[in-house]
Amino acid sequence: MTDTPSFETALADIEKILRALEDGTTTLEEGLAQYERGVGLLKLCYAQLQDAEKRISVLAGLDGAGKPVLQPFDHAASDARSAEAPRRPNRPGTKDSSRLY
Amino acid sequence: MAGATLPDPACILSISALTRQVREVLEGRFPALWVGGEISNVSRATSGHLYLTLKDSSAVLSAVLYRGVGFRLRFEPKTGMQVIVRGRLSVYDQQGKYQFCIEEIHPKGIGALELALQQLREKLERKGYFDPRRKKRLPAYPRTIALVTSPSGAAVRDVLETLGRRWPVATVVVVPVRVQGDGAASEIATAIGVLNRLHAAGQLCMDAMIVGRGGGSLEDLWAFNEEPVADAIFASRIPVISAVGHETDVTISDLVADHRALTPSRAATDLTPERDVMLATLVDFNCRLREQVLRRLDQSRQRIIDIADRRVFRSPLDRVHDLERRLDELDERLGRAADAPLERARQRVVALAGRLESLSPLNVLTRGYSLTRTPDGHVVQDVATVRPGDLLHTRLARGEVVSRVEDVRPTQEMP
Repeated sequence: MTDTPSFETALADIEKILRALEDGTTTLEEGLAQYERGVGLLKLCYAQLQDAEKRISVLAGLDGAGKPVLQPFDHAASDARSAEAPRRPNRPGTKDSSRLY
Repeated sequence: MAGATLPDPACILSISALTRQVREVLEGRFPALWVGGEISNVSRATSGHLYLTLKDSSAVLSAVLYRGVGFRLRFEPKTGMQVIVRGRLSVYDQQGKYQFCIEEIHPKGIGALELALQQLREKLERKGYFDPRRKKRLPAYPRTIALVTSPSGAAVRDVLETLGRRWPVATVVVVPVRVQGDGAASEIATAIGVLNRLHAAGQLCMDAMIVGRGGGSLEDLWAFNEEPVADAIFASRIPVISAVGHETDVTISDLVADHRALTPSRAATDLTPERDVMLATLVDFNCRLREQVLRRLDQSRQRIIDIADRRVFRSPLDRVHDLERRLDELDERLGRAADAPLERARQRVVALAGRLESLSPLNVLTRGYSLTRTPDGHVVQDVATVRPGDLLHTRLARGEVVSRVEDVRPTQEMP
């Protein structure tokens, strides 16, 4: 577990803070502290949503130690050979680098 | 009698010879043919051969389906089932019997695939695979999504497009598998297993996986109706969405999965929130947080006004200073945020800070009030907290007086 809360946890915490503030039961000191925490969590959530760089990879296989080998996924490139095409000739033993098994 | 006239020994057939002749006649007279009937008895030998007795109202026929005939048995033959078989007659020498060697067997009336589906569904149902109570909740905001499908079909493109549009914050790992033909089911099952193993080992953690393909005939979709796939989905600790493109038929994987989507792109939609909606929610939260803190600050401002209007300060000055410092900090932090709503709120807070400044008790001090504290900084509000001889620091509008208490005289609290 990392110290950074997940998006879901952060959202839930902000909602909790809002409820507490809107109830009006907190003291000013607490309210300000909560507010600051809320702002921090909001920034965290923003940062996660803003981080929208596409990260798509393909699990190309496993290395000797059983660890995943990830490669960039290029859909256009793999279009050439269609695995879903009916009656695709069965070529046992054909080397296929993007196949896992 | 001297006895019957025996034939020439050359004319006497051995059992083997007769049997061989019977075989030649039978097998020559009945080459490949189709036969229909009801299964009256069935047993699977440890060798893998399947022995059947077929019958109709007045006759029975022994039959056998040898393992390795090359026919893929999709369903489980059972007593009472009406079947159509293709094969040839053959003689089993050792027993002196003839039997029907099956090369194909099909259920009558219902397609083999439908029957197989029905049988597997009943079996898995009994095993509790479809129990809604064991279905896992999908993550609300998945960060990592695995996609088990053909790397080149329409499904992978649709899912990636939908995810890119709705929830581009997710990391996607495509696990390429064949989605039809012999071996597809075991590839899909293995992929699900590998993902779970990597997930459990912390080497490739996944919040959810989509397993599926685009639409096709029942035959095309068959891999998603096979038991290994059902087992893998059932055993998966990672929530599974089954997305096999078809409108009418439900596949086994749909039933076992934690969630069924009608198409791969629908799976992507079902799995993810919309980023724009979430951004709007955050803006809303932001505004509400600010409203609350501004309300609080307004309340404190009101308190300061109340205090300033009274003869005696009731609130310690350091609290106001503290508030001011925090406002400055907030101001600075908000200044760093780029978003328009943040900027607007920042300006509101700056304006409020200005208003608060105009109400600073320091201004009150210029009107002749002073603030008295003990050496450790506590504001003196009550003579009960000081004794003759104590040191006092009194803050004036300009400068500070340090004095020593001569006497204390409690007064009655003013209402």
